[in-house]
Amino acid sequence: MSATFLGMPAFPRNAARAVGDSQLRFNLRKATRTIRGRRAAMVGEVPGWEELRAAGRQIKDHTLRHLDRYLLQLEEAVARAGGRVHWAADADEANRIVAGLVEATGETSVVKVKSMATQEIGLNEALAARGITAYETDLAELIVQLGDDLPSHILVPAIHRNRAEIREIFREKMAEWGRPAPEDLTDEPRALAEAARLHLRERFLSTKVAVSGANFMIAETGTLVVLESEGNGRMCLTLPETLISVVGIEKLLPTWQDLEVFLQLLPRSSTGERMNPYTSTWTGASEGQEFHLVLLDNGRTRVLADEVGRQALRCIRCSACLNVCPVYERVGGHAYGSVYPGPIGAILTPQLRGTDSGASAPPGGMPASAAPAPGGRMPASATAVSRGRMPASATAVSRGRMPASATAVSRGRMPASATAELDASLPYASSLCGACYEVCPVAIDIPEVLVHLRAKAPHPRAERLAMRAAGWVLDRPVRLARAQRLSGRLRRFVPRRLPGPAAAWTDTRDIPDIPAESFRDWWDRTDGGTR
Amino acid sequence: MRVALFITCVNDTLFPGTGRAVVTLLRRLGCEVDFPRAQTCCGQMHVNTGYPREGTRLARHFADVFAGYDAVVTPSGSCAAMVREQYPRLARTAAAAGRPASSGTARDAGGRAAGRTAPPSFAEEVAALVPKVHDLSEFLVDVLGVTDVGACFPHRVTYHPTCHSLRGLRLGDRPTRLLEQVRGLELVPLPGAEECCGFGGTFAVKNPAVSAAMCADKAHNVMATGAEVLCAADNSCLMHIGGALGRQRAGIRVMHLAEILAATESGETAAAPAGPAARTRTAPATRPLSAPAARTLAAPGGATPAGPAAGTPPEPGPAAHGRTGEER
Amino acid sequence: MSSRDLILSRVRAAVAGAPDVPHTGPRAAPAAAGERTVELFAGRVADYRAVVHVVEPAEAAGAITAALARRAAERVVVPGGLPEEWAHAVRAHLGDGAVGDDPPLSAAELDAACGVVTGCAVGIAETGTIVLDTGPRQGRRALTLVPDYHLCLVRAGQIVPGVPEAVAALDPARPLTWISGPSATSDIELDRVEGVHGPRTLEVVVVR
Repeated sequence: MSATFLGMPAFPRNAARAVGDSQLRFNLRKATRTIRGRRAAMVGEVPGWEELRAAGRQIKDHTLRHLDRYLLQLEEAVARAGGRVHWAADADEANRIVAGLVEATGETSVVKVKSMATQEIGLNEALAARGITAYETDLAELIVQLGDDLPSHILVPAIHRNRAEIREIFREKMAEWGRPAPEDLTDEPRALAEAARLHLRERFLSTKVAVSGANFMIAETGTLVVLESEGNGRMCLTLPETLISVVGIEKLLPTWQDLEVFLQLLPRSSTGERMNPYTSTWTGASEGQEFHLVLLDNGRTRVLADEVGRQALRCIRCSACLNVCPVYERVGGHAYGSVYPGPIGAILTPQLRGTDSGASAPPGGMPASAAPAPGGRMPASATAVSRGRMPASATAVSRGRMPASATAVSRGRMPASATAELDASLPYASSLCGACYEVCPVAIDIPEVLVHLRAKAPHPRAERLAMRAAGWVLDRPVRLARAQRLSGRLRRFVPRRLPGPAAAWTDTRDIPDIPAESFRDWWDRTDGGTR
Repeated sequence: MRVALFITCVNDTLFPGTGRAVVTLLRRLGCEVDFPRAQTCCGQMHVNTGYPREGTRLARHFADVFAGYDAVVTPSGSCAAMVREQYPRLARTAAAAGRPASSGTARDAGGRAAGRTAPPSFAEEVAALVPKVHDLSEFLVDVLGVTDVGACFPHRVTYHPTCHSLRGLRLGDRPTRLLEQVRGLELVPLPGAEECCGFGGTFAVKNPAVSAAMCADKAHNVMATGAEVLCAADNSCLMHIGGALGRQRAGIRVMHLAEILAATESGETAAAPAGPAARTRTAPATRPLSAPAARTLAAPGGATPAGPAAGTPPEPGPAAHGRTGEER
Repeated sequence: MSSRDLILSRVRAAVAGAPDVPHTGPRAAPAAAGERTVELFAGRVADYRAVVHVVEPAEAAGAITAALARRAAERVVVPGGLPEEWAHAVRAHLGDGAVGDDPPLSAAELDAACGVVTGCAVGIAETGTIVLDTGPRQGRRALTLVPDYHLCLVRAGQIVPGVPEAVAALDPARPLTWISGPSATSDIELDRVEGVHGPRTLEVVVVR
């Protein structure tokens, strides 16, 4: 792909390109519809689902309200159980900490469990810069990594790829990373999964350091929880001598028993199963392992400061909202320019990056240790750091079909203005149909947050003027009536295809006839239809 | 019962026939219908596009205009949902910002409130207003307690529930229960009914490619039903889907739920003897495409030359009104 | 200021003045352990395409032997603390092929084993889940992870109705592994395939 992808295109441009990719649309449609049906069946089978959902929401809200207290409690519990806790205010700091811990072991490679947090901070690239190779072990992440691609879905990062494409990636790239794909590899999912098993087997048995995220952390006990399906998570959590977990501070739950709610909500919402194949929990250093927990802020406290927007921190990354979203279904994840695509990404990304206030945000490069700004606003440092240093996923928008060199360039820093433009467009990447809210297991009112962020986004000048004019007309009934009469008189001169922004409508749809007489004029003339 | 009609700015300007149908229908069911002339717009477009200040001003105006009524009925699920879901939020925000709420709303509210003693706050007005605002089908089924409204419409109809009716207002099966009682009407299910048509207000203009793709899928599903008429409780969505159906010469017309419920035996049979489908399918060939007057929203032929639905009150004349009458 | 203090101060500034939210939300009432718990559990395990048998206590040893014979397993790991009756069944069938984990087997040795026979800590009827807690009868986590075949014996008394009861019964200080069917992936076109990195075959014997 061309260098145009290096600048961050805004969502509508990305979306238009994606909509034109018929293979992508076919893959997405098939996948999202399959999982949608499965989720509906599994949720339908739980009689108290709405109560569970309310409980999930309330526990999360309670935790967020007292996050400082629970973080301290967690820190103490992890330390008591032999783990070490590190605090990372932003992506750079988290990457530095992890790289330092790996270097201290003397190792030059790590195996990774699929983790959104480490993607968010661009850990793999940061480790590579220090000579450490990170091997992704989740099948979909492996497909993405081998294909020099970007994840396009929270749960199924290679959802945009079909079996034939995956077979090609395996055949071409596995040898570069380790054991090559079998000569006679077919595109049967079973054969592809077997190839991944063989490719990673030796790696699991020999690698000494693993990096993971976590789905939940329990403040009371210091326990971490990872849900997965393939067993790659168990391999990484169990076999290596050192385990480093990078976890967002919002992943806390107060008590062990709280887990009962989320272990019911998450699998059914996410993979559409009663329970995912494997859930691992561990507390501190287990079975002789060395354990490090890196607690990550990276913009989360800024989200927390927004009264309406903070509900996005309830998210348990199930991806149900992606699977029901009509916009996501048609454009896929790359158009969102973030590791968090879909409806949740549209509200989380601009808030985490701190560009929700748009072009007026300060440019990158601010010092990272600024104290909290007055009025509860988050310091500019987090804004700057997260904006200037987005991981690769944020920058590239094609489906990974760009040459490796372009990807490499895009994995570097990009201008904050480009991120700002994308982020300003994300809250509009929704028709506000409400399907996301309906399926959210922790009842995040995504449409509410979208509308809230739209109010904070910078608006194009022409739109501002048009909205102001419309507001002026609608402010007084007499003005509205006059405008209606004027349009009624001009109605015969409206062309079938309109110029400018209105062409967006008339390219594919007729516009309605403008009636000669408005309802209010009819009402007046006929005295409410009685004359 | 005395009912205030909130026509909505879109219906007022573009679809007056829907308003006339609501008036006809409610009067037939024994309601006294009032049309508060001061009404303009609920403010949804402004709020949902990111202009809460302008939206709040319109919301305050709405609250003032409809404060005195027992019931406010609107033929728009979307606008009803706006009042119910977003007005309380706007009121909270205004309250949090202190009084006067914000620079835009303050002048306005202050001006109106000047003559009163102890005017109710916006939040109080909203709290009183919200339970009284009903979408048409809600009002018919829940408040009036009717599902058979005495309508007759002998056509094959499919119903699109629209997002804000389905997930915002949770109208459930109220609209289809009403349609099932219409004499002669054959209701055919719409595949993927719960999916958004892609209108989304300014979404259609801000994300035209995605919006068009969603609309194309919806139109495809509508055509697959073999229905003559696509019905919904929101003209905005109908305008969108109908625009695509019209462009594709699908020969399917779109009608607001109110227009079907207002139709009666005498009117319908007199007005549309050939049936809407037969008429609209020939329309492209017989209409000069270049003449704007010949254009219509998705071939609206079926309604009567005298009005959108048979049984509407006396009409001034076929050529004068609505989206009917003008297409030929 | 340390990052720890910075983050904590940001958190405090962010939630200052926010209304409190009580912790305890509505919870589903605990399900009653009914007559059908064993049948429900067996059915739900089978839904994951695991192999399930429900046997009387006297039949347990026979079920183990039969399962290992079907599998044609030659080298099977037997964790310490497996009830003598079950361990004996394995040894009687495999002789030297029954290997213990003391001293601990290396990852390569585990990889060379055909399978593992264990008990469990808890079974969950509602979800068909087995929970291991590295306690007696189960061994450390790697034993049930690296070999390709896992034969797990669940006593009827260990089965609880639902997830809340399981959470309450388990000790978070121990490393836990919740297993619901064999390892699986849906990463390719959301087509579910059983068997990736974990044991590709899970066989469960429920002992009444």
